[in-house]
Amino acid sequence: MLQLRNITKRFGGVLANDQIAITVEPGTIHAIVGENGAGKSTAMRIAYGFYTADSGEILIDGHIRRIQRPHDAIALGIGMVHQHFMLVDTMTVAENIILGAETGTPASLDLDEATARIRKLTDDFNLAVDPRALVEDLSVGQQQRVELLKALYRDARLLILDEPTAVLTPQEVEEFFAILRGMRQQGKTIVIITHKLAEVLAVSDAVTVMRDGRVVGRVKTKDTTAAELARLMVGREVLLRVEKTPAKPGAATLSVRNLTVTPAIADLSFDVRAGEIVGVAGVEGNGQRELIEAIAGLIDPAQVSGDISLDGAPIAGLSARDRRERGMAHIPEDRHRRGLLLEFGLDENAILGVHYRPPVTYGVFVNDREVQRRTAGIIQRFDVRPPNPALPARALSGGNQQKLIIGREFELRPRLLLVAQPTRGVDIGAIEFIHRKLVELRDAGCAVLLVSAELEEVMSLADRLLVIHKGRIAGEVDPQMASAAEVGMLMTGGH
Amino acid sequence: MNLLFPVIAVAAAFLVGSVFVLLIGDNPIETYWLLIGSALWWPDGIGYTLFLATPLIFTGLAVAVAFRAGLLNIGAEGQLYVAAFATAWVGIVLANVPATVLVPLCFAAAIAAGATWGAIPGLLKARFGSHEVINTIMMNFIAVALVSYFTQYHYRTPGDPILQSAPISANAYIPRVGELIPGFPERIPLNLAFILALVACVLVYVLLWKTKWGYELRATGSNPSAAEYGGISVRRQIVLAMAISGGLAGMVGINEVLGYRHRYYDGFSDNYGFTGIAVALLGRNHPVGVILAALLFAILTRGGIPVDAFTQNVTKDIVQILQATIILFVAAEALFRKPFQRWLTSSPSR
Repeated sequence: MLQLRNITKRFGGVLANDQIAITVEPGTIHAIVGENGAGKSTAMRIAYGFYTADSGEILIDGHIRRIQRPHDAIALGIGMVHQHFMLVDTMTVAENIILGAETGTPASLDLDEATARIRKLTDDFNLAVDPRALVEDLSVGQQQRVELLKALYRDARLLILDEPTAVLTPQEVEEFFAILRGMRQQGKTIVIITHKLAEVLAVSDAVTVMRDGRVVGRVKTKDTTAAELARLMVGREVLLRVEKTPAKPGAATLSVRNLTVTPAIADLSFDVRAGEIVGVAGVEGNGQRELIEAIAGLIDPAQVSGDISLDGAPIAGLSARDRRERGMAHIPEDRHRRGLLLEFGLDENAILGVHYRPPVTYGVFVNDREVQRRTAGIIQRFDVRPPNPALPARALSGGNQQKLIIGREFELRPRLLLVAQPTRGVDIGAIEFIHRKLVELRDAGCAVLLVSAELEEVMSLADRLLVIHKGRIAGEVDPQMASAAEVGMLMTGGH
Repeated sequence: MNLLFPVIAVAAAFLVGSVFVLLIGDNPIETYWLLIGSALWWPDGIGYTLFLATPLIFTGLAVAVAFRAGLLNIGAEGQLYVAAFATAWVGIVLANVPATVLVPLCFAAAIAAGATWGAIPGLLKARFGSHEVINTIMMNFIAVALVSYFTQYHYRTPGDPILQSAPISANAYIPRVGELIPGFPERIPLNLAFILALVACVLVYVLLWKTKWGYELRATGSNPSAAEYGGISVRRQIVLAMAISGGLAGMVGINEVLGYRHRYYDGFSDNYGFTGIAVALLGRNHPVGVILAALLFAILTRGGIPVDAFTQNVTKDIVQILQATIILFVAAEALFRKPFQRWLTSSPSR
């Protein structure tokens, strides 16, 4: 169906694609995997005409084709769904779908005919979404279906999906895979770009692995394992399982009693003891963020009731700074919104939260020597790359930004660590590192409260697992004994 | 790199301005020569240019500090009016206090009045979330009307046809540069406030980039959510930044009242507060940039006078067009940035 031959693409001095060759068989689901910056998105954007290759050929159905603009690709039956949706929020589903391919005359738009065609597509491909609904009222999963419909409406035979599951909940992912399998059955060809290996194994027929702009492996999915793919992606052996000894918990460090945050969580009570990791599993948006932020002191006190104590002392009335003073550290779920000052250098980010007290200050002045010493320490111990303290945090990859935040918070030697989505958007190599660091901190006697949307992550890291549903604790399970299915049931409110 | 784009913007504006001059039928090179040359001529040109730059440095700094905290202070105009009145008031009512005490008191009055006027919209935003742009504009109306009322009905010398206050005590005067530097004519109103403006620039730089307070202020401006996460009280930063900003704007009153007119003169501000926004924008919200931008605007204002008088057709309206064009080009900086960066990335790097 689609063949890339010896494609090379350079951005400035960076070789994004180096003589790559990818073959996608018709009627299959083909996964392209690789770490951030491996060149997988670049290759597919070339196939879709967003970029033109410096050299090499694109073949569609065995014929060499010139694809210089997305328009050319669409005419050849190629559709692409981007990681960030390109929808007009204030227009209806049907209006979004026909945008750029309007029916009727220039003066009168024939929406009825378009709506009828869209209805047929939603039936054929099991894409339940109302063509008359406004896009802004749709869930993220439904918006993704609109993007798929946009491509199908233009008679795409080959669909390229860039990180399609990044924004979906575990339930939505399952539904989404069912849709993809249905499309394959109807003869469509699908390419998914991803770095999540479990999903590759679950849905694809064949895999192309990329690293540093080159294709480093082509395998049939049934002949491979997650470990082999990870090794190809990273270029070395990677531990996919977290290695840890059983926890040796001490006294309760954090005690939460009847915590209520209107309207997100109601009447939560639990302890986190020194030297254990307590995981919180749940479908995103069930109160996890509010839970963490209420403990961290980042929610307006008027919305919060209940008792929170740290090492036996009540902290519910304290400011975020005072809570930190008492030994709390926090790795927030959204590193761009909460965790970093993106325009500031790594050095100024490395002192956020301790910027007001010695040794980072002397008097009212910031002690630059100490700032640099601290930053260099974090960069070295947490392997932040590139190791340039003056670089703005924005210039770092997601994984390195995360390592900087983790380094900063670990530097506090916390009694309690709140950590949310520690490995979201982070490369496999860095995930392994972050997991190991969290276990090390636990073993040093820190109490860790971990929230993650990755079920596998909480199940393998946590010593105890709380499942949260609609702001209440739906159950507590032993992650060693419980099955993912069991936890999944609790997550969705079943019993 | 940081200075490059403002410089390109200014150059482009001068280019566009020369088209206007050509269309009107004058020679652009001669016009610009007259404009810039006369503004820098020793001693009157440069003296008046620096005098005109003084209030713009203060207001430019004021807007820049607020902007670094993520706030748009449109209220420098109102802040400088209340400050000028307050400093004059102290200079009138405490007429018998000796200079060594009175001058610092007058300084304090100007800064405190400006800071208070700035802190009010800051408080409103911190407490109720109401937008500082609307509130500072409203505070401008209140300030102008209030000081006008007090001048007219309470502090005007009886029988004075001009809307101005009674004179302040001579003990409150600050020296003109002519009194400090021999050979520099005393008739030029350039005074100690200009030195004060330069000192303010240094202090603002140190505050923003060398102290923990500045760190908190900039962190709030860069990402309030992250600042909050880092234990910074965003509400306090908003009030603080607006107060500092207002205090800086208020220092215009020192130049105007203590250094120049020696009384409060109603409606004295030549839109200093609003020009300050352009100065801060052009100066990249950095003290050094603010000085350069204030000088540029002062040159345009001062040089506009002989251009108006001595060219055939060009009037000071053209100079105003030039000022506005510069602001437009700076605001539309992306216009230069994109093609320029494309040129940078496409040029062979090895």
